[in-house]
Amino acid sequence: MSVDANTPVLRVSGLTKTFCLHLQDEARIPVFDALGFTLNAGEAVALNGPSGVGKSSFLKLVYGTYLAAAGEIAVMHRGGWVDIANAEPRQVLDIRRETLGYVTQFLRVIPRVPTLDIVAEPLIERGESEEAARARARDLLNRLNIPETLWSLSPLTFSGGEQQRVNIARGFAASFPIMLLDEPTASLDAVNRQTVIDLIGEAVAAGSAVIGIFHSKADREQIASRAFELTPALAA
Amino acid sequence: MSALAAETVEMTPILAARGVGHAYGDFLACRDVSFDLYPGEVLGIVGESGSGKTTLLKCLSGHLEPTEGEVGFAVRDGEMRLLGEMGEPERRALARTDWAFVHQNPRDGLRMSVSAGANIGERLMANGHRHYGNIREAALEWLAKVEIDAERIDDLPRTFSGGMQQRLQIARNLVTGPRLVFMDEPTGGLDVSVQARLLDLLRGLVQRLGLSAIVVTHDLAVARLLSTRLMVMQGGRVIEAGLTDQVLEDPQAPYSQLLVSSVLQV
Amino acid sequence: MTATGPLPGYNFAYLNEQTKRMIRRALLKAVAIPGYQVPFASREMPMPYGWGTGGMQVTASILMPDDTLKVIDQGADDTTNAVSIRNFFAKTAAVETTTATAQASVIQTRHRIPEEPLREDQILVYQVPIPEPLRFLEPRETETRKMHALSEYGLMHVKLYEDIARYGHIATTYAYPVEVDGRYVMDPSPTPKFDNPKMDDCAALQLFGAGREKRIYAIPPYTKVISLDFDDYPFEVQTWEEACGLCGARDSYLDEVILDDRGGRLFCCSDTDFCEKRRAMGYRGAMSGEPQEAAE
Repeated sequence: MSVDANTPVLRVSGLTKTFCLHLQDEARIPVFDALGFTLNAGEAVALNGPSGVGKSSFLKLVYGTYLAAAGEIAVMHRGGWVDIANAEPRQVLDIRRETLGYVTQFLRVIPRVPTLDIVAEPLIERGESEEAARARARDLLNRLNIPETLWSLSPLTFSGGEQQRVNIARGFAASFPIMLLDEPTASLDAVNRQTVIDLIGEAVAAGSAVIGIFHSKADREQIASRAFELTPALAA
Repeated sequence: MSALAAETVEMTPILAARGVGHAYGDFLACRDVSFDLYPGEVLGIVGESGSGKTTLLKCLSGHLEPTEGEVGFAVRDGEMRLLGEMGEPERRALARTDWAFVHQNPRDGLRMSVSAGANIGERLMANGHRHYGNIREAALEWLAKVEIDAERIDDLPRTFSGGMQQRLQIARNLVTGPRLVFMDEPTGGLDVSVQARLLDLLRGLVQRLGLSAIVVTHDLAVARLLSTRLMVMQGGRVIEAGLTDQVLEDPQAPYSQLLVSSVLQV
Repeated sequence: MTATGPLPGYNFAYLNEQTKRMIRRALLKAVAIPGYQVPFASREMPMPYGWGTGGMQVTASILMPDDTLKVIDQGADDTTNAVSIRNFFAKTAAVETTTATAQASVIQTRHRIPEEPLREDQILVYQVPIPEPLRFLEPRETETRKMHALSEYGLMHVKLYEDIARYGHIATTYAYPVEVDGRYVMDPSPTPKFDNPKMDDCAALQLFGAGREKRIYAIPPYTKVISLDFDDYPFEVQTWEEACGLCGARDSYLDEVILDDRGGRLFCCSDTDFCEKRRAMGYRGAMSGEPQEAAE
């Protein structure tokens, strides 16, 4: 992937988000008010801010899981800009398949699907051959120290740490121009934490732009080239 | 911003609903439903009992004539045809080729008096297949796909468990390679353990075969696992629609929020 | 039986003229749409349903004073049902009756088609208990009518599929479904499938009457009648190891008659007229008690 640095791949402008809790006396919780942010190809940005400021919400807005109240979330997708905040579901799905990767520490377990298939799935969905997808999946599972005896099992019964690593393997199976990382290194042991940091580094080196939440300062320093600070929005 | 680089996204819907509604006498069971379903998409329709989702599914699948609005379906040559303007022969032909309908109660979707093999073979025979050996082979292949032992091919469905009957119904429906599958509470009457197996099977089949599907369910977990998009219905209207994870994690309408917050955590 | 004029107090052939006219209209429609089941206002007949009331109403409607009537039941002219119906029309219509296939102009039958090929100047009337071939798998009349209207006949093959799956071959031996004139699928009533090929391209007009179900259908002369089958399991008629014990015929439909409680049995032609005619010509079977194959 050869993308020029300083080429924006994600442009957020005027992003406003307020949660309205209809069931709790119509409580309104403002999160963002006219937020702006730009992410360039090949850079890694640490998303910082105090707990509860909306770091995860920001990633979910960019990924399309949360609905923006106002503003634009423009993503460079297949050579053109698409506004996730106003895109049709099928466009968002295509963006998620090709452009936007999203890695959290929580695996959404699908009953009965073997670990290897879960990891290989994003590549297969993209049209990669099953063989190539599986090879990549095996490689990642090895690196993340998931014992081979577990690959044919559903991660349903795995430990929390194992599930987290399976999810990271899945998240890094396909390469994405933009990666959203929500504390992927949290609660990992030192060895696995370093593996994840390496994976992120490899993705960036290959041209991916990364924005992520990293709990530990050490991780941030290893991964990110700059930080984006979120501050509590003014009460609406 | 509107210069979409989305040429790889399918541009023509396989099914289109415009202002669809149905009244039973004075009672409007559903109204003003509009959406496009694109190839490969799975649309979940959620809502409580009586919200009009099953009536809507019947209107979309040609089982019930909408009293208002129109439903269009892209036939194989790509032309969008209005169901209301098709003759009954054409609608019935679609129902046994391009469409599949999985009923909540497998007894409504199976022919209980003939064997599992004949149940699977029926659609083939209805479409002119006249080679017993080939029909039998297709039946065996589909039994394997829905994880029913090949030895059960000559047994009557009534000797099957509820989960097996439901899987048999799915095989019977998918054997002719339909492009659009309608499902009405496909896991409705099943035990939770059996549900998981069926859901996984459905999910795999939908993915592998690139099917489009419309799934009516009141179970948000089912919707989450199967569908890419969700519509929330209340009082006969669609009150919210969007990506499945968006509707479930950031529901906007009061009723959607209630629905999502009502799910029991295990 | 000698013709002495119809029974006083009864209309010719029992039914009144309006009823006959109604039935003839149904018959005309049936002939015009080969294999299509035409509803008609079936009348009460002086016998129970299931004994041939449909066939009798058809016969009564087409019978002319100079007709010669033959009635068979399972191929035989001398069974209770056949004798009663023959006597009924001899009394009410005073028509000639016969047991000889060749001499009859109208033949009413239950279950069999005579072995002797029929001619253009003959009409075969079938008594039909269940006219709807799709009934086996589809109980709803509204649905079966729709299926006929749209030529949706996959279900017929489902039944044949079940046969092969269960018995290794198509085990349906009677009421074997046929496609008439490339359009309607028809139930040939309880006729054994041995007789199905005789329906195809038959010179005689074939009329079917179902009294209880109130349906009439028809196969006009020289109509294509195809027995449904699979490419790899083609239609076949029954065959017998034995020859007729009475006349030695090897190509007729045989009945098995138990002779005693020691395993003695006789296979003989179900078509009694055919068998008698052959014996009159000198053919003999193994159990005829006379020198075998005298004529040969």
